[in-house]
Amino acid sequence: MQLQIDGKPAFAYTAAHAIDPARPTIVFVHGAGLDHSWWGLQSRYFGYHGQNVLALDLPAHGRSAGPALGSVGEMAGWVKKLLEENKIKAAAVVGHSMGALIALEFAARYPESTQKIALIGVAYPMKVSEAFLDAARRNDQAAYDMETIWGHAPQVPLAGNPNPGMWMYGDTLARLGRLAPGVLHTDLLACNAYAGGMDAAARLQCPVQFVLGARDMMTPPRGAEELIRKIEKSRSTRVAVSGHSLMAEAPDATLDALIEFLA
Amino acid sequence: MAGPKYPGFDTLALHAGQSPDPAHGARAVPIYQTTSYVFRDAAHAASLFNMERAGHVYSRISNPTVAVLEERMAALEGGVGAIATASGQAALHLAIATLMDAGSHIVASAALYGGSHNLLGYTLKRFGIETTFVAPRSPGDFQKAIKPNTRLLFGETLGNPGLDVLDIPAVAKIAHDAGLPLLVDATFTTPFLVKPFELGADLLYHSATKFLGGHGVAIGGVLVDAGRFDWEKSGKFAQLTAPYAGFHDMDFEEESGTRAFLLRARREGLRDFGACMAPMTAFHILQGIETLHLRMPRHVESARKVVAFLSANSAVEKVLYPELPDHPDHRLAKKLLPSGCGAVFSFDLKGGREAGRKFIESLRVFSHLANVGDAKSLVIHPASTTHYRMADADLKKAGIGPGTIRLSIGLEDAADLIQDLERSLAVAAKAK
Repeated sequence: MQLQIDGKPAFAYTAAHAIDPARPTIVFVHGAGLDHSWWGLQSRYFGYHGQNVLALDLPAHGRSAGPALGSVGEMAGWVKKLLEENKIKAAAVVGHSMGALIALEFAARYPESTQKIALIGVAYPMKVSEAFLDAARRNDQAAYDMETIWGHAPQVPLAGNPNPGMWMYGDTLARLGRLAPGVLHTDLLACNAYAGGMDAAARLQCPVQFVLGARDMMTPPRGAEELIRKIEKSRSTRVAVSGHSLMAEAPDATLDALIEFLA
Repeated sequence: MAGPKYPGFDTLALHAGQSPDPAHGARAVPIYQTTSYVFRDAAHAASLFNMERAGHVYSRISNPTVAVLEERMAALEGGVGAIATASGQAALHLAIATLMDAGSHIVASAALYGGSHNLLGYTLKRFGIETTFVAPRSPGDFQKAIKPNTRLLFGETLGNPGLDVLDIPAVAKIAHDAGLPLLVDATFTTPFLVKPFELGADLLYHSATKFLGGHGVAIGGVLVDAGRFDWEKSGKFAQLTAPYAGFHDMDFEEESGTRAFLLRARREGLRDFGACMAPMTAFHILQGIETLHLRMPRHVESARKVVAFLSANSAVEKVLYPELPDHPDHRLAKKLLPSGCGAVFSFDLKGGREAGRKFIESLRVFSHLANVGDAKSLVIHPASTTHYRMADADLKKAGIGPGTIRLSIGLEDAADLIQDLERSLAVAAKAK
């Protein structure tokens, strides 16, 4: 779906269904440098099982016009506008990595608009290494390489992809290769600078699901422990075989966790 | 701080795409000789059919053994994914059928494998897809031949049989400036000698029958997508960017972004045309790929020795090998193919057709047959075999004369190959 937010073209994948405000809605928020298609299997499932799906492209990502937004708070505000444009009063928000921080912040800022949040591949704080930030600032290929290699479990380059015939590293690199210069750096800075996680966690009123990859090198599960402790009523699923890219590395386990939580 | 590293080519050639078999721990790639796969329950079946879950349904669309080969080739080429097909020709057809309809147009190098020339020049014409053939050594000719209905530029990394080196960066730029993708047949070079995606190509395919399999035991092809071409931005490919009634009104680009081409190629192309690869074939080709990094240097090394011998032999009119200073693409080859120009090349024998016949029939180590890229050395006379359907004018355009002989240098002792050639050249010289 093409729409306008803040006077700029924006896009959200809806699984080829019209949005019906009377139906439950799930918003999928991608991570740094990525886009809506990262959620391909999971968003399609819910779109064909009676839910409104809005798998968005954040500004400057995928089909949404730039510039990229500079903070997690601004991105959470943008998600709110996406819901308003579609006349959706409240939704479940599923976020991955940077998208998980956005979901967390969204739920804290707009409790009346949040039914549930699922935080996938999350850590707080989400500190980014100087080397990664510096490479991204220079728009150096090394930044894309770091996101690709650290963004998957160590076994991924030498293991089979659940999606037949696809090469996970190549797919990630191709997506990152479509980004405008500076976008990845802006995203990483936003992750690195986000300081409201514990405060947001304290204010949450909705059910929370964590889905974590046991072999995640980008946001290791121990990085989510403080957040999990803070959100007493949260539930956690740890996927043994997956790294940071849970939707690609363990698509069924990720989907099953979401079905159990959201259905 | 040093950044993380990708696995090297040799490691990927042995491992990419496969984990030890989860059921039994088998280290070798198991041959999943099955047509179909049991669903967990009705909901799982429905989700697989509607592409809500990853997995296999029916081996025409995907198969676990074939998927290992596909992923390994995508890893070696640096693509987003791949589709293995029944042959190299099936891969070419799958690429074209995915991208265009009747009324479309292709600009192709004139120096193509004869089968590809037939497909483009004759067969596809019957289905309304026209091709303009241009000299591969003049990238500007590709540009001049582009029409409003052009949908693809196409050439071989090393043209058949004159080894014209395709200037991939130049032709890719022409293609991209026109909003078109460049498809490359990389059969003669394999990813060991050149990676066309790094030079700007968007799609590539191999006849995996040749150096990838490497042992002359299985026919197969593989089509790989770099995932970089922006179909939406191009605006010329409604096949990928508009809802398709033939597949649940799916807009492939919207659905999957970088994977749009492969998604339609697999879900429509394999479903409807059905030119899939058998699991046993994938196993054979995987066995070959596991030693590609060892075989290719030896193929090239022996080819260089044979080229040197032939170049100095008085019975030989001319040797066409891009590493020779008199080859028209010598400078380009040094730039694009620093690791070597492969092991398939042609030479012109003095004495024409009859000398060629005597020469071929006198060979003892070389096998006279219609294939290349085998571990065994091979020989053929293109004008009477692989390119026999081409008119004389087209033959000349492709650099083929009546005395042109094509060799594929295998892995035997180079000294034995040279001795075989030397003796047969002497016999051919007497036939004049």
